[in-house]
Amino acid sequence: MFDTLQDRLAATFKGLRGKGRLSDADIDATAREIRIALLEADVALVVVKEFVASVKERARAAELSGALNPGQQIIKIVNDELVTILGGETRLLRYAKRPPTVIMLAGLQGSGKTTLAGKLARWMKEQGHSPLLVAADLQRPNAVNQLQIVGNRAGVHVYAPEPGNGVGDPIAVARGSIGEAARKLYDVVIVDTAGRLGVDADLMQQAADIRDAVNPDEVLFVVDAMIGQDAVNTAQAFADGVGFDGVVLTKLDGDARGGAALSIARITGRPIMFASNGEQLKDFDVFHPDRMASRILGMGDMLTLIEQAEKTFDAEQSAKAAAKLTGQGGEFGLADFLSQMQMVRKMGPLSKIFGMLPGMGEMKEQINNIDEREVDRIEAIIHSMTPKERDNPKIIDGSRRARIAKGAGVEVAEVNSLVTRFFDARKMMESMASGRMPGMPGLPGTGGGKGRQPKQQPKKKGGRKVSGNPAKRNAPAQAQAPAIDPAAAFGGSQLDPNELEKAMGDFQLPPELRKMLGNQG
Amino acid sequence: MDLTTLWLLIGGILLASLVVVGFVAGSRRAALRRGTRTPELERDRTGTPAAPYATEDEHVRVDDREAPTTDRALAPQPEVELAEPLLEHPEPPQTRLVRLRQRLAGSNTALSRGLLALIARDRIDEETWEDFEDILLTSDLGVGPTTELVAALRARLRVEGVGDPGAARSVLREELVKLVDPTLDRSLNTARTDTPAVVMVVGVNGTGKTTTVGKLARVLVAEDRDVLLGAADTFRAAASEQLQTWGSRVGVPTVRGAEGADPASVAFEAVRTGIEAEVDVVLIDTAGRLHTKTGLMDELGKVKRVIERQAPVSEVLLVLDATTGQNGLTQARIFSEVVNVTGIVLTKLDGSAKGGIVVQVQRELGVPVKLVGLGEGVDDLAPFDAEMFVDALLDTGGR
Repeated sequence: MFDTLQDRLAATFKGLRGKGRLSDADIDATAREIRIALLEADVALVVVKEFVASVKERARAAELSGALNPGQQIIKIVNDELVTILGGETRLLRYAKRPPTVIMLAGLQGSGKTTLAGKLARWMKEQGHSPLLVAADLQRPNAVNQLQIVGNRAGVHVYAPEPGNGVGDPIAVARGSIGEAARKLYDVVIVDTAGRLGVDADLMQQAADIRDAVNPDEVLFVVDAMIGQDAVNTAQAFADGVGFDGVVLTKLDGDARGGAALSIARITGRPIMFASNGEQLKDFDVFHPDRMASRILGMGDMLTLIEQAEKTFDAEQSAKAAAKLTGQGGEFGLADFLSQMQMVRKMGPLSKIFGMLPGMGEMKEQINNIDEREVDRIEAIIHSMTPKERDNPKIIDGSRRARIAKGAGVEVAEVNSLVTRFFDARKMMESMASGRMPGMPGLPGTGGGKGRQPKQQPKKKGGRKVSGNPAKRNAPAQAQAPAIDPAAAFGGSQLDPNELEKAMGDFQLPPELRKMLGNQG
Repeated sequence: MDLTTLWLLIGGILLASLVVVGFVAGSRRAALRRGTRTPELERDRTGTPAAPYATEDEHVRVDDREAPTTDRALAPQPEVELAEPLLEHPEPPQTRLVRLRQRLAGSNTALSRGLLALIARDRIDEETWEDFEDILLTSDLGVGPTTELVAALRARLRVEGVGDPGAARSVLREELVKLVDPTLDRSLNTARTDTPAVVMVVGVNGTGKTTTVGKLARVLVAEDRDVLLGAADTFRAAASEQLQTWGSRVGVPTVRGAEGADPASVAFEAVRTGIEAEVDVVLIDTAGRLHTKTGLMDELGKVKRVIERQAPVSEVLLVLDATTGQNGLTQARIFSEVVNVTGIVLTKLDGSAKGGIVVQVQRELGVPVKLVGLGEGVDDLAPFDAEMFVDALLDTGGR
């Protein structure tokens, strides 16, 4: 429903190619699109306004480079600005000169403080520290209990002298924990506090009192990535009330764009230090500003997609399927397709996965329309085929079709349509895989791109053959080609996320594919 | 995994997407042409038989009604109700409304003051409209509804004139009410039929599901209903204890399972116990889950299917946090697909967040907001009333 900024801008700039400089009118039109895109991503309005103004300024000053079309150029500016704000000063935790180092967590109710406390403790422990968790959330029923269980899972001790559920003084608990840590030689103390609202003056005062009692080296503000416009008020209230040194973004495993990260970083000037992205204690990482930037812009979060794929895909199987697609090791049959599709489905709802592919914006509607039941039906059709038919769908004739349709409980026409579409898609993928397709992304001089970033060259070629079709290749691509040999650039199997992200950012569906999908709707 | 494989893998996903999108579009068109859908067939295919659940699960136990007395020492009363002998008596709904209305008016002063200040201006120029739009946007209303509301207001004020601030105010009120749609049925279906009414509470992590179940139990107890709680959140540490604490305060028993037990089995057991004990309402608390986790969403679907073997689920309440931004719509959509949400509970409305996202949710999915949570107090849960909500917004509170 909502197009990504990339698609919006593409529409704005239709017919604008070849201009040396953007006119003021162009920039204003762009600014509106950026504004909407950022608002849809939950970036706070004040921040959006400021941000758009600074992007406008830069866009006016910028000379249009020959390599990028105006839309891409604007996106590059936006992206750079985002990364600057988000990653302004990434830093690591400060440890106290004289242990224990005290870390205090604060945030709204339900932002994930207690879970985070466990994750942080586990992470610390892995780093060779001996953390102590402190149960200073005596408000919520059984929060103390929860922290004890979390601590248990993390293999960390919990200091919980009070039963909680409203009993006990969190300030005293916090104060006592420091002595406890000093006595038992813990070198890190993590204080979990109760969730509180920014507008609740009493509880804010209590948080400040806890802070004064333990004198923390770091106060971390824990915030949910799904938070909307209120992020600014809340962050400001906490900054004023308790003061914090760093921000932790939680629930990043959802699909919220997480514009709040930008708002908070901008408004408070505090760095986002950690990102928590899962229910397991190990799902915890330092924050990557560049990924967050593409996520906020909705530029098809390829990196996340790849990470998810790596987690769920059976490497061996997909390598085999990949080989088949490139014409080695037999033909890519329906069985391979089925296993591929099943692996993709494991990653989440198909509509979401496809939506993460960049350049799919134009197909948004069809993608949103995908009903998982219809996908079940595809599976049913393939399951109703014999292994021989799956390996070689060409042998499916009229009577086989009738049988398959009966077996899957569908109309013959649907079997037909599946098989034809499969052939079409396979043909397209094969030609893409061997790089013969005109207009393949990254092949400069075709498909309307004035030499989009040639970094996409490794795609489907992976350095096996560097030259491809010389007719479709011009000078910049050649200059780039050696550098992007995966072995050299990525150190063997080592992936450089930045490079990859850049390449992905510019990835677009080839026009033929677009046409094919577009005609279906 | 080297780069080649990765790229090819992406290719594989693309291939899958090509075929699926094409197929879906194709078959849809075909179906449209035929003019017939085959609902039974489709339903059959999704109805994968519910996995076996352990009815005689020894983990599942029911705490008896005597529990409150012992638990009370652990769970002291909140300051509001001090002199109760044994169990707390939740506040009746009528007095609640008055109190909550005041609170709502107080909590949203920035919004209401801003709106009225704008309307009260003599001349409404471009800048005023922009400010107005800004105020709406900052309440998470979303770009679409905001633009629409502003356009509608502009059109009406142009026709009707803005000479009189009072008239402008009533126009604003009307348009706002239209936006929250008072025509939707917001009553909570908790009437007992042959079997107890079953209410499932679902949502993403940390929106306040357990707290909502606890508060809802109090509302129902205040209405003299017999309530049973089912702690089907077996994932989060100490979630069932949290629910039990809530229940024991008002003398409502809780059916719970061991940590890590199959939530469907706990839910099943809770409903069975509810039927045997002939209670009026069974409230099922589920674990928070992000809508993007297919496995967990499937699990939720199973919980519902398993419950439905014994009694129909009368309400599925999705708990949305007022601080949630535009992602709330996606959440609502996916939860609706999986368990057919019948109502929204908007929590944490006592903070500075306005929860404007529910407007979009209501419009897109037709699922009404039924309850609002307005604070940490145990009785701060109230039915949602569109007109009252808008009035509270416009009530500057500074009389």
